[in-house]
Amino acid sequence: MTALIEVDGIGKNYGSVIALRDVSTVVNAGEVTCVLGDNGAGKSTLIKILAGVHQHDAGEFLVNGEQVRLGSPREALDRGIATVYQDLAVVPLMSVWRNFFLGSEPTLGGGPLQRLDRRKAKETARTALADMGIDLRDVEQPVGTLSGGERQCVAIARAVHFGAKVLILDEPTAALGVKQSGVVLRYVAQARDRGLGVVLITHNPHHAFPVGNRFLILKRGRSLGSSEKSEITIEELTRQMAGGAELDALEHELREVSSP
Amino acid sequence: MTSTTVDPEPAAVDERLSSSSLLNRMVVRPEIGALIGALVVFVFFSLVADKFLTLSGVSTWLDDSATLGIMAVAVALLMIGGEFDLSAGVMTASTALVTAIFATQVGLNVWVALLLSLVFALGVGALNGWLVVRTGLPSFIVTLGTFLALQGLNLGVTRLITDSVQVTGMRSASGYESAGFVFASTFPIGDTPFQISIVWWLGFTAVAAWVLTRTKFGNWIFAVGGAAPAARAVGVPVARTKILLFMGTALAAWLVGAINILRFTTVQANQGIGLEFQFIIAAVIGGCLLTGGFGSAIGAAIGALIFGMARQGIVFADWNSDWFMLFLGIMLLGAVLVNNTFRRRAERVRR
Repeated sequence: MTALIEVDGIGKNYGSVIALRDVSTVVNAGEVTCVLGDNGAGKSTLIKILAGVHQHDAGEFLVNGEQVRLGSPREALDRGIATVYQDLAVVPLMSVWRNFFLGSEPTLGGGPLQRLDRRKAKETARTALADMGIDLRDVEQPVGTLSGGERQCVAIARAVHFGAKVLILDEPTAALGVKQSGVVLRYVAQARDRGLGVVLITHNPHHAFPVGNRFLILKRGRSLGSSEKSEITIEELTRQMAGGAELDALEHELREVSSP
Repeated sequence: MTSTTVDPEPAAVDERLSSSSLLNRMVVRPEIGALIGALVVFVFFSLVADKFLTLSGVSTWLDDSATLGIMAVAVALLMIGGEFDLSAGVMTASTALVTAIFATQVGLNVWVALLLSLVFALGVGALNGWLVVRTGLPSFIVTLGTFLALQGLNLGVTRLITDSVQVTGMRSASGYESAGFVFASTFPIGDTPFQISIVWWLGFTAVAAWVLTRTKFGNWIFAVGGAAPAARAVGVPVARTKILLFMGTALAAWLVGAINILRFTTVQANQGIGLEFQFIIAAVIGGCLLTGGFGSAIGAAIGALIFGMARQGIVFADWNSDWFMLFLGIMLLGAVLVNNTFRRRAERVRR
């Protein structure tokens, strides 16, 4: 089976700054590839390349086995790569169904009389959300009245509905509480089980481990390796993410400080 | 996408929707505050001024509301799209001047002059929009610039061509009769003549309301005003939407300019200054948020109606018109406070 997305030795420089160097991983259908790393590790650079916002300078980027250079987010969307950004997902003052179809509105009629197919839009939004297991009271309510987790879910359901094959989620749980994070992760699993390839960006190994199939850890623009779930434990994941040996030293140091 | 597991019944009412949501539903309608305000003003002046409810009284305050309303509706759409147009007031004079100069000084047919001034208006609107989206500067400051520039042009060009600060003599221009019939005639209800501008106002409002709530473009207007980056991320052409909205206010200014010049046959070069704030005030009274993303075309039309009723009502009641400004200030403050509460409701974040 060809991977939905494969990156091999990919790199990106901003002028003289090397933001990303020699990173390789794959995203398969029905699997979740987690990208972990601390702030400034190169997570955003990597997803911006995958999402078509930036272009890579080195290495290979394959979509369905075909070498590509995505010029714009639109091009990425056309290839089935949809990105849900943490805070850019929805328009808070607009209703759920208007948000759901924003940019891809169903219409009736043509010419100057072309108009929104409101009935279809509302019903489809409700059905698509229900299919993802998101049960909303009312698709007419403004998205701003939903909880942060629900809002992420609406954005995810929208990407799934519009035929995304790869879903890139940029820190979907970053601003959320424990319970809400659980809700979002459930929809991540839901999308995965529907056969989508998911790229989950997070700096929380406890969020990544339960849903992930593969873990790519980035540090200072370099890859610390891409491991399958069978090859790694959550403790090891946490340790690597936090800087491995450095953390051990820090822990040691802190213990000395706290116990004189 | 085929649906698999759940079989939702769209018609079925969710048991979590209690009857209190009827109130919520009313409250989230942006024009509801304006509607209540209009009723209060209407009843009040009906009681204090006898002439207010007569046919000629109604004709007077509807006429006052009409040209203001056309502009307020266009400005409301622009505000929902997240931008201001301070040049809108002076544009009503600019378009009238362009029409009048071409018709009386160049000697063109009035219809041709109207067409030329329409091209001029759309050009200025597009320039406003292009400057705003291109520079990313607040439209407040960009259109303040075009406002001042147009004000100078109006006076300067008029003085150059006519040696005075007004253009007159529309009546003798060719095509005046037919154009006047379309833009400035009256129709009788009972024995009282009503201005055709009222029909234009209602028609313009209906079209704007339809575009805003029933079309794809309307969806984009809400989106670019509510959260432009999010709209861009899902493929909404943000720049095009905003430029078209600026052209929309310019189009409305052209319509109002045409109505004015054909009705009064004379235009002063310093006309229209200060009106831009009245348009914004009417839109805000009608439920538009100053921050964009929320509002209503019908609300703005009702805002203009409140304006017209109060301004003429005060005259009918034999009060000094000084009181109008006090009334306006209170009305505006009330509307802003109410709108603010609504927005908090809608934007309330639960985590």
